Amino acid sequence: MSKFNNQYKAWFPILAVVLLVTFFFSMKLGAINISWAEIQASFTKLISGEAMNLNERIFMQIRLPRALMGVFVGASLAIAGVLMQALFRNPIVEPGLIGTSSGAAFGASLYFVLGSVIKVHAGEWTLPIAACIGGTLSTVAVFLLSQNRSTGKSSVVALLLTGIAINALFLSGVGFLSYLARDPQARSIIFWNLGTLSGANWVSVSIVGTIMVVCLFFALRYAKQLNALMMGEDEAIFLGVNLKKLQIGVIALNVLLVAVATSFTGVIGFVGLVVPHLLRLMKGSDNRFLLLGSAFMGGILLSLADLASRLLLAPAELPIGIVTSLVGVPVFIILLRKKQYYF
Amino acid sequence: MLEAKEITFKIGEKVLLDNVSVQFEAGKLNLIIGPNGAGKSTLMKVISRQLTDYQGTVSYNQADSKKLSDKKLAQMRAVLSQNIDLAFPLKVWEVVMMGRYPHFTDAPRQIDRDACEAALEFFDVMYMAERDYLTLSGGERQRVHFARVLTQIWNPIHNQGRYLLLDEPLTFLDIHYQFQFMHKLRELLKEKDLVVVGVVHDLNLAAQFGDVIHLIQDGKLIASGTKHEVLNAKNIKRAFHLEPVIYNNKEKGSLHLFFE
Repeated sequence: MSKFNNQYKAWFPILAVVLLVTFFFSMKLGAINISWAEIQASFTKLISGEAMNLNERIFMQIRLPRALMGVFVGASLAIAGVLMQALFRNPIVEPGLIGTSSGAAFGASLYFVLGSVIKVHAGEWTLPIAACIGGTLSTVAVFLLSQNRSTGKSSVVALLLTGIAINALFLSGVGFLSYLARDPQARSIIFWNLGTLSGANWVSVSIVGTIMVVCLFFALRYAKQLNALMMGEDEAIFLGVNLKKLQIGVIALNVLLVAVATSFTGVIGFVGLVVPHLLRLMKGSDNRFLLLGSAFMGGILLSLADLASRLLLAPAELPIGIVTSLVGVPVFIILLRKKQYYF
Repeated sequence: MLEAKEITFKIGEKVLLDNVSVQFEAGKLNLIIGPNGAGKSTLMKVISRQLTDYQGTVSYNQADSKKLSDKKLAQMRAVLSQNIDLAFPLKVWEVVMMGRYPHFTDAPRQIDRDACEAALEFFDVMYMAERDYLTLSGGERQRVHFARVLTQIWNPIHNQGRYLLLDEPLTFLDIHYQFQFMHKLRELLKEKDLVVVGVVHDLNLAAQFGDVIHLIQDGKLIASGTKHEVLNAKNIKRAFHLEPVIYNNKEKGSLHLFFE
């Protein structure tokens, strides 16, 4: 029966095809273009164990992980964007709002400046771990500080305002650290704050990919409750939603998605903001559609942004955070001005 | 039956509800009236379990409301509150289908679609099912939410009763839809397991449609009973500080209030 049934599932094959095409170009193009034959050869040689030539090795060890990283990080940020916009009932919210990415940036900056002094080493894991700790701390701080002292409840408005304050605090912390830093450290901080996918390797890709898939699975279980929340906190409670559990669950997913992705690639803005909007324009606001769709659309957009960052100044690279901001800011302004949309 | 027993609710030193005990019977239209700030909405919040830090007990069919699970309560109790706005655009039927959320896990089943369709038909809003909720007027939105709360408790639950709580449901409606809604409520009350409790401001509407009227003033229940028992000059003067002219039509059994 077609009555009361949104035909949004029809969009998924289309999005999947677009994602595949984007991914294909993302594998091939860059400072060095890889041919189709080289891609095939590198896979056969990977299985047979034969030695690869230079281009084949570039593909297998640099290009392919990077292309996958673009898809996974884009998906992570977009899913987090849907979750945050639904939780805050506000279309101009992005995943960094409750302090996660500024905390992660602070953690990373701390590592850049003090890492060699305190001599804490966990190999290539040190930076991601520092960023994750920072991201978790700032989010927990926002969550605890926004709770009402007498009722123990945290209203969405309080969360939002506390998030703005904590963000300002951590970003000035980042500013202070880059002021203290010596030249190479300062460059690392700046580079990281602008975002890049160039550090992707198979380990980081599999971590980000796994976290993304697991979080998407749990996020979909919250979709219905987040839909009910569109009518307000009270109405959601009347429909049987346990608001506290929902808030904690969704914020935990957001921290995982954003902190893990950010820790490997630096701060990439606007993906989490713009993707949910584009999907809403396509087929309504049902979070079941938005969450799955954003996994595709986020992957597509970030792959495209990464392609642009590789190609525009080739052989040099433009930081991907600059590309997403250049595209994201105009889109954001246009959406803000479309007032009839929902303000 | 829905019962509130010895309910006291305070915010700081201010007593909003003072030892209120009241029973709402199934199959009857229970209407709560009272002046502004008397505690009508607070009482609704207590019985709907929107507030929990009160003294006393609220019981749904003898079960303490605080002990019911969120889901179970949502399956049998629907609440219509004032001023609902939607954060994102949705179709009208999607809003109405939210009423079924406590009943299905992942996607709506046939029984959920049927309930949704029946409620849309019942409140004559089927024609706007495919429209964007955000383009509707205040009155149209209100009627959509009637359909939504009815969808939530459309099917009887064995031995549980169903509960419909309405906080000033008539606010955005013109006189035509006010009467239509009250007649629809009366029609619904043919279902003997349904408990309906509503807060209304219009005393004449309460007199015309209410089976049992509860008058609240200063956080206290000062009268409870039929219109003839509650809407007398003494009570009205005490609660609203106005001298009413009461017109009793003995033949029709109707009662009207006039104020000069």
